[in-house]
Amino acid sequence: MRALVIDDSRVMRRIIAGTLRTIGYSTSEAGDGREALDLLEAGETYDLACIDWNMPVMDGLEFVTAVRENREWRGLTLMMVTTESEHGQIVRALAAGAHEYLIKPFTPDAIRDKLDLLGLLPIEESV
Amino acid sequence: MTLAADTFSYVADLVRQRSAIQLAPGKEYLVESRLLPIARQAGAGSVDEYVRELRRLPRPAEHERVVEALTTNETSWFRDVAPFTSLTGHIVPELLGNRPTSTLRVWSAACSTGQEPYSILMAVLESNPALQVQITATDLSEEVLSRARAGRYSQLEINRGLPASHLVRHFTRVGTEWEVSQRLRSMVTFSKHNLLNAPPLGGPFDVVFLRNVLIYFDLATKREVLRRARAVIRPGGYLLLGGAETTLGIDDTWERVAVGRSSVYRRTERRAA
Repeated sequence: MRALVIDDSRVMRRIIAGTLRTIGYSTSEAGDGREALDLLEAGETYDLACIDWNMPVMDGLEFVTAVRENREWRGLTLMMVTTESEHGQIVRALAAGAHEYLIKPFTPDAIRDKLDLLGLLPIEESV
Repeated sequence: MTLAADTFSYVADLVRQRSAIQLAPGKEYLVESRLLPIARQAGAGSVDEYVRELRRLPRPAEHERVVEALTTNETSWFRDVAPFTSLTGHIVPELLGNRPTSTLRVWSAACSTGQEPYSILMAVLESNPALQVQITATDLSEEVLSRARAGRYSQLEINRGLPASHLVRHFTRVGTEWEVSQRLRSMVTFSKHNLLNAPPLGGPFDVVFLRNVLIYFDLATKREVLRRARAVIRPGGYLLLGGAETTLGIDDTWERVAVGRSSVYRRTERRAA
């Protein structure tokens, strides 16, 4: 299983990617939505993208919208991981095509719970 | 710090009498860590000192606090996921197919702070929006029940396994917390209940969630709890246990039904041996 972690904070990328690796993922990182799109356009494939909302160049919502417009990337599951916690913002992200939404701060267990919901836990991790 | 042997046996006896939960030797750390905050609050320097005082001068309210501290567990939404997909994908369609009913009755036993009963409601209503659902949710601890009734959860609690689509549909932000809708809260009756006492009101039930409870009990108590659950489930109704639990080898009046990668237990007409 492969995950792309998109966040402008290096510390946050390290935390999320570290948790995903513990669960059994291999991870790549991007500092904003544009960098992440470049990876996808270069043909890299992932099962999961964890996406911060507020980033320079291209924000998380724009990235989600761009991914959902390209049929080739239909298989990519999109999870927002952000400090944005207003009801209306969550609705916006889901409407744009995000599959899940995790609000910062979170515990490592919370990532695992979300992946279980999405059916994206590697087999040996599943109950 | 090590706990005195007589402190441990006193607390273990108390917890067993009040909750039927067995604290096996080796659980001293649990007693120590869960009771230390209570001991400190009561002005005692240690758990031993606190328990010594409690033995000298027993007080029901303090006994209650000790039992609560040792029987409460962390809980998440849609815990393990599979039981909820079994419920909506298999159990509810089968029950509705067999019996023209407009009301589904569910007992969520040991419901803690309410994540399980609310998850059951969200799951069932998503696939059957018109279905009447009545949930009886019980726990030993009055403290967790009052939190469950209020239906308010911190951000960290909301993050634990609640699908975002359910969050936006069924919750509103209240300050830094999220509150379950009045509609969902009105479908659950919360009450204090010990699994070894007479069954709670609200039955007979179509489905009983008794998850991650049996693991705490010895064999005889497991058998007794299952016998009591059987008595309040309709024939053909279902029992859902935790991932590490089974009726096999304990009570053969249940039929194990494999659904996806998990098992559920159907009440048969067979009598207990």
